[in-house]
Amino acid sequence: MSKRLTSFVAWVDKRFPLTSNWKAHLTEYYAPKNFNFWYYFGSLAMLVMVNQLLTGIFLTMNYKPDVGMAFASVEYIMRDVDFGWLIRYMHSTGASMFFVVVYLHMFRGMLYGSYRKPRELLWLIGSMIFFVLMMMAFTGYILPWGQMSYWGAMVIVSMIGAIPLIGEPLMHLILGDFTLSDAALNRFFAYHVVTLPVLLVTLVVVHVIALHEVGSNNPDGIEIKKNRDPETNIPVDGIPFHPYYTVKDIFGVVVFLIVFCGIMFFAPEMGGYFLEYNNFVPANTLQTPDHIAPVWYFTPYYSMLRAATVNFLWIDAKLWGIILMGGSVAIICLLPWLDRSPVKSIRYKGPYSKIALTLFVISVFVLGWLGTKTPTPLYTTLAQIFTVIYFAFFLLMPWYSKIDKCKQEPKRVS
Amino acid sequence: MKRIRVLLFLFCLSPLLAHAGGTEVVLDRAPIETTDMASLQRGVKTFVNYCLTCHSANFMRYNRLKDLGLSKAQIKENLIFTGQKPGDLMTVAMKKKESQKWLGVTPPDLSVIARSRGADWLYTYLRQFYRDDSTATGWNNLLYEKAAMPHVLYELQGEQRLRVEEVDDGQGGKHDVKKLELSKPGTLTKLEYDMYVADLVNFMVYLGEPAAAQREQIGIIVMLFLFGMLGLTYALKHDFWRDVHG
Repeated sequence: MSKRLTSFVAWVDKRFPLTSNWKAHLTEYYAPKNFNFWYYFGSLAMLVMVNQLLTGIFLTMNYKPDVGMAFASVEYIMRDVDFGWLIRYMHSTGASMFFVVVYLHMFRGMLYGSYRKPRELLWLIGSMIFFVLMMMAFTGYILPWGQMSYWGAMVIVSMIGAIPLIGEPLMHLILGDFTLSDAALNRFFAYHVVTLPVLLVTLVVVHVIALHEVGSNNPDGIEIKKNRDPETNIPVDGIPFHPYYTVKDIFGVVVFLIVFCGIMFFAPEMGGYFLEYNNFVPANTLQTPDHIAPVWYFTPYYSMLRAATVNFLWIDAKLWGIILMGGSVAIICLLPWLDRSPVKSIRYKGPYSKIALTLFVISVFVLGWLGTKTPTPLYTTLAQIFTVIYFAFFLLMPWYSKIDKCKQEPKRVS
Repeated sequence: MKRIRVLLFLFCLSPLLAHAGGTEVVLDRAPIETTDMASLQRGVKTFVNYCLTCHSANFMRYNRLKDLGLSKAQIKENLIFTGQKPGDLMTVAMKKKESQKWLGVTPPDLSVIARSRGADWLYTYLRQFYRDDSTATGWNNLLYEKAAMPHVLYELQGEQRLRVEEVDDGQGGKHDVKKLELSKPGTLTKLEYDMYVADLVNFMVYLGEPAAAQREQIGIIVMLFLFGMLGLTYALKHDFWRDVHG
């Protein structure tokens, strides 16, 4: 480093913990050396978030949150704004890819027990990020004011209204009106571009701080901090995040961008999954579409909502659906306390845990697929079966994880 | 191994589910080529002559049609009949109230109709009008029953009539098959009319996303760059990690 730069850094260091933070979070943050494929998605999620923030800023410059102009303003961006189509596709592809990387990131945590002690709080913060992300996606999807924007939002809004006691006033508070209207669109715009991004960025920072406090888990699920070099006190299986994981993540970023750009430039609608065909029809408040399907990342929960068809106890079917849908997301938070296995990683867990996780993944895929379809009696039965499997994975975990025959964890990472 | 099991399971399940889906409408594949400028130029001519009298394309500007290899003067002389300027949007003169009175509904804006309906749907729809005296317009459509739109292109296609045939389904039952047959020929042959509609649909696909061609061109450059970066970043990673693996 040049002399001038060194003295400048020293000047800053006296006034702001620059070098110490740089060391604590990058050059002297020791990450396990055995990260595999699944460990790319945390940094990729951050990349997509930055993409959403930046492209979002440019979209707000031409978007108009007005029921009479919203749809046209999006098409104006697509046609008349210089490279508006690129910015809009970056944002719409980014929305779906955000969920792709976050789902893979969460699945990684489930594979290797990253939610277990001492990372319970890290998992909770992550779950909160996931909720905020879902709200981001929901509020953002309303903005183009197409048929699916409107009627999809109607489904969710009427669900909020169906919550006993607080439902109606809560709905009115969120909408700023008695129904989905111009006032509501303006509110959703405010939530989407101010409230939620601030929350999201804050939570992501907190997530990283919490991670760096407890240290990263790894595919073996053993704590590298238990095995330190007696002289340097550095974990023997740890390597500095920078430069090792920064160069590795840059390679991951390029692979990810190839997928991302491949979709964005050559199939931005992704066969109707990323941009639904029906959302190219302006919202018509008098004409309910034959078939309302949420975007792919919400379809598993939507399936569970529709799976409730019978009144049970004193609660009617509709409310059961809402409970199932809310519960399916909320239950993810409880994982740290449901898993009682003596080991963390799936590598050393026994057959019960492996079968359970496999069934869970299948149920998510089947529920997701069913959520895109018009319900038939067979589909509804299937949705019910897989909803039960989905919840059984969580609710039976305290038992099957405990009685499972686990393998011996190694002393060092492999 | 687990992923393979998952896929296998889904694969076994799929015929069961596919069967439960019920019957779907079969659409004819639109024989379009969005890089064919001559086809797009024929399409836009049909569009402004036949469609734009009732339908609008409110998000599209006339001067954008330069994409199709037309000069500003050509656009002005051949495609603008309403006295508008080339920088104006392709709006429609017919008022909403009037169209509601005449047709029962306001004809939808066509700017992004190809993105919501798809090219195949439009191609099938525009070729499946038939005479039906029971409707207000005297026309009906096999794909979109009781369509409010009359058959605007009937002089070209001619008149079709519906014939319902009872067909043995091979399992003891019978079901109806609807067929269209030409009862009065138009000025174009069947093949010519199909091509005529294909040109129109081709233009409407362009109209749905005028930036599509530019998108794919830039996409190729970006992909080439990224594949170059792939090698470079892999080499970088490999070099840095030598002491970890060693």
